[in-house]
Amino acid sequence: MLRMPKFEVQNPTSLSEALKLLAEGGEQALVVAGGTDLLPNIKHELFTPDTVISLQAIAELRGIRVEDDGTLIIGALTALQTVAESSQVQERAPALAQAASLIAGPQLRRMGTLGGNVLLDTRCQWYNQTYFWREALGFCLKKDGSVCHVVEKGSRCVAAASNDSAPVLMTLGATLEIHSPRGVREILIDDLWRNDGAMNKDLAGDEILAAIRVPAQAAGHKGAYGKLRDRGSIDFPLLGIAVRLDLDESGAVADADVVSVALQAQPVRVKQAAELLAGKRPGTEAFDEALEALAQAAYKRCRPMPNIPGDHDYRREMVPVYLRRTVRAAVDGSGPVHHV
Amino acid sequence: MAARDQHGKTAPWQRDGQKGDGFQVVGSAQRKIDGIAKATGQAVYTDDIQLPGMLHAKILRSPHAHARIVSIDTSKAEALPGVHGVLVGAELPIKYGVIPWTPDENVLAVDKVRFIGDEVAAVAAIDEDTANAAARLIEVEYEVLPHYFTPEEALANPSPAIHENPKRPERGNLSKHVELEFGDVDGGFEQADVILENDYEFHGTTHAPIEPHCAVAQYSPDGLLTVWSATQITHYVHRALARVLELEPARIRVIQPCLGGAFGGKSDPFALEFCVAKLAMKTGRPVKMLWTREEVFYAHRGRHPMQLHYRTGAKTDGTVTAVDAKILIDGGSYSSFGLVTTYYSGQLLTGPYEFPSYRFDSTRVFTNKPPCGPKRGHGSVQPRFAFEVQLDEVAERIAMDPIELRRKNWLGESTKTVNGQRITSNGFMECLEEVERRSDWKNRRGKLPRGRGLGVAGSMYISGTNYPIYPNKMPQAGIQLKVDRSGLVMAFTGGNDIGQGSNSVVRTIVAEELGLHPQDVRVIAADTDLCPVDLGAYSSRVTFMVGNATIDAARKLRKLVVSAVAKAWEVPEKRIFMGQGQVFDLKDRTKVLSTTEAFHLAEEQYDTLGSTGSYNTPTLGGDYRGGTIGASPAYSFTAHVVEVDVDEETGKIEVTDCWIAHDCGRALNPMLVAGQMEGSAYMGIAEAWFESHDINRFGLHAGPSLLDYRLPTAVDTPELHALIVESLDPEGPYGAKEAGEGPLHPSLPAISNAVFDAVGIRLRELPFTPGKVLKALREQREGAPTDSSTPAPVEVRR
Repeated sequence: MLRMPKFEVQNPTSLSEALKLLAEGGEQALVVAGGTDLLPNIKHELFTPDTVISLQAIAELRGIRVEDDGTLIIGALTALQTVAESSQVQERAPALAQAASLIAGPQLRRMGTLGGNVLLDTRCQWYNQTYFWREALGFCLKKDGSVCHVVEKGSRCVAAASNDSAPVLMTLGATLEIHSPRGVREILIDDLWRNDGAMNKDLAGDEILAAIRVPAQAAGHKGAYGKLRDRGSIDFPLLGIAVRLDLDESGAVADADVVSVALQAQPVRVKQAAELLAGKRPGTEAFDEALEALAQAAYKRCRPMPNIPGDHDYRREMVPVYLRRTVRAAVDGSGPVHHV
Repeated sequence: MAARDQHGKTAPWQRDGQKGDGFQVVGSAQRKIDGIAKATGQAVYTDDIQLPGMLHAKILRSPHAHARIVSIDTSKAEALPGVHGVLVGAELPIKYGVIPWTPDENVLAVDKVRFIGDEVAAVAAIDEDTANAAARLIEVEYEVLPHYFTPEEALANPSPAIHENPKRPERGNLSKHVELEFGDVDGGFEQADVILENDYEFHGTTHAPIEPHCAVAQYSPDGLLTVWSATQITHYVHRALARVLELEPARIRVIQPCLGGAFGGKSDPFALEFCVAKLAMKTGRPVKMLWTREEVFYAHRGRHPMQLHYRTGAKTDGTVTAVDAKILIDGGSYSSFGLVTTYYSGQLLTGPYEFPSYRFDSTRVFTNKPPCGPKRGHGSVQPRFAFEVQLDEVAERIAMDPIELRRKNWLGESTKTVNGQRITSNGFMECLEEVERRSDWKNRRGKLPRGRGLGVAGSMYISGTNYPIYPNKMPQAGIQLKVDRSGLVMAFTGGNDIGQGSNSVVRTIVAEELGLHPQDVRVIAADTDLCPVDLGAYSSRVTFMVGNATIDAARKLRKLVVSAVAKAWEVPEKRIFMGQGQVFDLKDRTKVLSTTEAFHLAEEQYDTLGSTGSYNTPTLGGDYRGGTIGASPAYSFTAHVVEVDVDEETGKIEVTDCWIAHDCGRALNPMLVAGQMEGSAYMGIAEAWFESHDINRFGLHAGPSLLDYRLPTAVDTPELHALIVESLDPEGPYGAKEAGEGPLHPSLPAISNAVFDAVGIRLRELPFTPGKVLKALREQREGAPTDSSTPAPVEVRR
């Protein structure tokens, strides 16, 4: 078995204590929630912390509640399985429950957390490997090396954002409650991302994500998530597409949003969604035509790279297919779109 | 010896005209002998062994695909506190290999490395972390050599050769070439009405057993070496250790603890067994080495990538007239079983269909990749895939039902194949009938809505082979029975239970022969000090050979007991019946003893009770060089029908059902047979669907982990319908043949053939990724040939 390098583990029982420990630990300290992403990465020596601060004992970071204005507040430490099974989430943000239900496999969903998935490290076939493997390769741009093996002569890392929850939360207009010794900041999840696979999040080393806030959706809210992967379980997405449709009283689209993931360093929004679908009523020829135009726009916009395993041409070919299917699933309430 | 002649298909006491088969244990579902221990975590695997003072060892591996070693400096590693021993290749210079004709492996690289992951040095330390740290302190200077990642490149560049051959430099990177022709092949094509010719490709897969390789060694002060290893061939490990360590074999004991899967991937001697042994000798302390999952991928010995060119001639009535194959085999960096693989790629195709003429030309080539070897269905899964797809193409060409075509060409029973292999029982026709009926083939094949389809394929496989790997005339399987006064019978077998249930088979047979409850039989296996020699768990030989040896031993013991009781009761021996833990007089039911009491009677009369039994194959095989390779005392036969649902927009193939009909001769334990059938079909489907042992452009394994090496999960696995066919082989134990490898073969071609039925495309290149399916569908729409690799030339004569 691959050995786990040694590090100190701290088990704070409050967020303020965790922040203090993190600040004290400096660059050599990392935060762990469920550990399903960080611990394999530590085994691969992608991270070499002295201290790992576990959030497991902090009760205030766990749980799902709804505020009076209908805002859904999900503690960062809430298990993905809990998110998937929550009737509040299923009702108010169905695409989020769907995405959570498709992350990894049953055991990992019980350990993995929503906060952890939002902050998932980017993934690449040249990066998510053991130290021996990476050393034999001569390392790569993202870690320990200077050459990109995805893009010839590439100077910016293109490891793929691989978190199923991220595109969904973007379509929902979710905000993140981030704590640090300097206080609390709340940002739109869209503003978290940076277009750099080496570190695709605008998050300081002393910050902790405490909660994810999903605002109340429109009365005619429809959502779905589509996930392409080889197997029916376990695998990270080869492509993920999140869809939000807001229907007005007549049943026509008032607003729409489509965001994809697992292509590049950050989730990619297909900006034409609202423009193309607005005013169109599902079930009409006009809607079908608009959907086709949107599928083609997505195909142009979404360009998978040979960063994660699998055939990237095929992944691109699936963009319009999964977009069409996921929009239709949102309309029908039949998501998620997944082959098993 | 020649135990095969002593017993038939029936229970020991069955008489002519008696109703039923007379069995008491055989044929009933029996729980695996170690099932509860495994399920509850009590089973002791190699890594569970902890010895006082035990050190942990790690291996330093090559980061280069092909390089000469200029120097190795281990001084820093040796100086690290906690390090007890460092080992380099020069300390164990004797080469070995599982096939005695091709010893081309060193425990640790002596002069050069041949793939990324090749073993270079080993360290034993107080714990794993210290050993890992020390391994990184070893400084190796390499002179990098040109590398070859494809067999074409390797053949085109004979120098520098991956294995230098100063006597025959012209061989370059050639590992093995076999060319054999049987009958008049050119004449056969002359007689054909249709000839199909195409290229097929198998990509390479690995075993991925759940338990990684592990070995522990202890060297006693009086010079006895004990090695515990997760191996499927204790006897060959024993021989290899003696050779390489230059120790007397009698000073070595090899034990296989409970094993977590092997599938052929643990049938070579591996570097870790020698390393722990030598390090234990050097340090005087027990040493353990457990490989990581990544290291298991480098150890590999998985299924060879093959490029297969087939030409088949047939008459319009379906009769096959000639088959001609040319196969290029990518062997990876060492020989392993490659000599056998090269023969098997041609020799095992000559059934279940009659070939009037047949030729094959197979070439195995060394490349700078992890070494290939035997994986479940060794050497024959790849050609079987190609040929069964080509048969479907013949059926399409002559507008014949694919099952009918297979029936038309049935080889028959009690016959010989074109390459001289003796066929005894043959239940292939029943297999075809079973899958045809259960899948409702006649009403559904070719009639389902577009996107859904059924496909069929057949196969045959060996039940062991009479080629004992190293030439000798001793039995291939031996067994020893010992009776305790408690009534317990202990069976000692050299056979390796690797999860297939061979120990359970031994128990079933002993219980049957002695009329015991199965729980009154216990089995000690795969310990070279305690057990008679058995050649190991490979070639699907164990049930057939160990089973026959067990009957041999049990009957000798039964004879003693029956004779003692008959003498005591003063009745003829034929009146004595043993069953249900009792011994009684068939004519006078008042005369009854428990088996334990009967054992006591026998011990009083004949002294300490025990017996031995053995099995050896009869003389088999064609009278030509290589004619014994693939010659088996009995062949199993299989037919599959697979149902698929093809999503034409995503290219995803869903395998919904697989009907597996397998002729295992007789199901000694139907539960275990069905398990082997399901497991085999699962593995075959997995290879066709997802699994790919890819080496990338740097020579690195593309994803040496169970995340990136995609094994189907429970939710992916189709409904598997195990349909047992019993042909009652005249030479198998109670008529039994193999069940662990044959049922894998048809899965791959049956899926391709089902996809053709569903959407009209021919998939000739494995694995069937959605991208390939979409490409073929696009070409179909554009009217191009259905295969991207080559156009499909179809020659129609007359």
